[in-house]
Amino acid sequence: MGFLILLIAFVLTFPLYGGARTRVLITMLVYAILAMSWAMFSGTTGYMSLAPAAFFGTGIYTTYLLQNHLPLPIIIVAAGLISFVLAVLLGLVTLRLKGIYFTIFTFGLVVFIPNVVTYVEGEVTQHHGWYFNVLDRTIILYTMLGLAVVTVLAIYLIRRSRLGLAMQSIGGNEEAAEHMGIDTTRTKVLTFAISAIFMGAAGAVLAPSLSYSNPTIAYSAFYSFVPIVAAVFGGMGSLQGPIVGGLLFGFLEKTLKVEWNTYFMLGFGIIIVLVILFLPTGMVGLVPILRDKLGGAISKWRKGREGEQHANT
Amino acid sequence: MRILEGQGVTKYFGGLAAISNVDFHVDQGEILGLIGPNGAGKTTLFNLISAALPASSGGMRFKGQKISGLKPHRICQMGIARTFQETKVFGNMPVIQNVLVGAFFGKPTHISGAAAANEATQALEFVGLSATSAAPIKDLTLAQQKRVEVARALATKPELLLLDELMAGLTPTEVGEAMELVTRIRDKGITIIMVEHVMKAIMGISTRVMVLHHGEKIAEGTCNEISCNKTVIDIYLGEETHAAS
Repeated sequence: MGFLILLIAFVLTFPLYGGARTRVLITMLVYAILAMSWAMFSGTTGYMSLAPAAFFGTGIYTTYLLQNHLPLPIIIVAAGLISFVLAVLLGLVTLRLKGIYFTIFTFGLVVFIPNVVTYVEGEVTQHHGWYFNVLDRTIILYTMLGLAVVTVLAIYLIRRSRLGLAMQSIGGNEEAAEHMGIDTTRTKVLTFAISAIFMGAAGAVLAPSLSYSNPTIAYSAFYSFVPIVAAVFGGMGSLQGPIVGGLLFGFLEKTLKVEWNTYFMLGFGIIIVLVILFLPTGMVGLVPILRDKLGGAISKWRKGREGEQHANT
Repeated sequence: MRILEGQGVTKYFGGLAAISNVDFHVDQGEILGLIGPNGAGKTTLFNLISAALPASSGGMRFKGQKISGLKPHRICQMGIARTFQETKVFGNMPVIQNVLVGAFFGKPTHISGAAAANEATQALEFVGLSATSAAPIKDLTLAQQKRVEVARALATKPELLLLDELMAGLTPTEVGEAMELVTRIRDKGITIIMVEHVMKAIMGISTRVMVLHHGEKIAEGTCNEISCNKTVIDIYLGEETHAAS
């Protein structure tokens, strides 16, 4: 939690360091939100969802549709609700599937939904491409930060609640969970839908910073893979892991990709492989290791000093 | 009083009848032993009672209430708990949390966190595993994991407990301990149906025994009646003696 406060302070003071970096920070926060909400459902229950892009894109589309009619805060809530409802409907169909079938079905949605939107736009509204009313980036940054904090708090509370325990037992053994009195279908659909709220809301907040988008860009499958990569990179089991992973991935992507586009993905791929092989608990798994090593070194050094003082007296 | 009653219970897997037109009942407070050769349909019957599988036909009543067509979590909340032939523990949790799941979700009414924690601790103590409370469940032996499953089932406060081969794979000492555990559970007032291959255990503690063969009920009665029943000896007990010699 201390680390979270530091992060908030860092983001709040960021404009002081120069505005050009705001875009990077927004991306970092988006990735962290996507990774956290993905890990909350998929990391806990073991149902690997590739649907994040479907909700994220829907959030962006929601802002496009409502931007001239409603203020941003209401649009964000609306995007969250629409994603929730969409996830409930999809969840009722897909969550009866297990393993790879669930995963592929959710990926199918990411391909299917933008095509529906494109069709509707082509046939009904005859509009192509979405333009957004430009908003000051700093406002977007702070809104995104607020959303990230809400997401962290919500997930923190869910993990500690009985809903969290129910999810965890589904991940442990779904059949046993059913026989212990857990309505597994309800639990899965509900938590899948809760995770969709934050993904949709993140899309809605990000939209005004895009100036232009369209179904293909907004529903890009990239946004389905980002949370998985970030969560695995940071560490799926903990609350901090996906946050760290999302922030790091966002930062590396936005800063390094500009200079070394191809090499960045190559290098990052190697890093991911190394993390999976040697740090199964992700980057956050480094913390206890480092603490042990450092702690050992420090106590050795202290002992050495005490010994010296002893000798001196 | 009959706590559970089944009439014409049938289950087809494709064209094969795994359970065929079985009538059965369980009296309140008894230990009903369910035996039969491999593939006789014992676990299938458990799966039908606990609603892991839907029955093809026939009906079941628990305390006079129809339970056919209910979902597994409802069956559990009504008061029927089970363990599994192949242990199905929550591998991602410590021992106590496994039991806590049963305490939290296994009853029809809402329970406070403190009460659930209390019940989980008690259930774990009852099966004699308080010392391993905080250990990752994967670190426990098979016999211990089976006991955790029993504790988890007990934490749901069942009236009827289905034990699926609790003693399979255990050492003779562990079998003795498991028999003692089952008797203590019965003494708490919980009715038990146990599937078992360990004859010593079945004959030692069952009030009544039911024998399944090829999905059909071929005999039913007290231990003495069963061990003298010619069909049973031919089909099952004889086979075992034969195999043992």
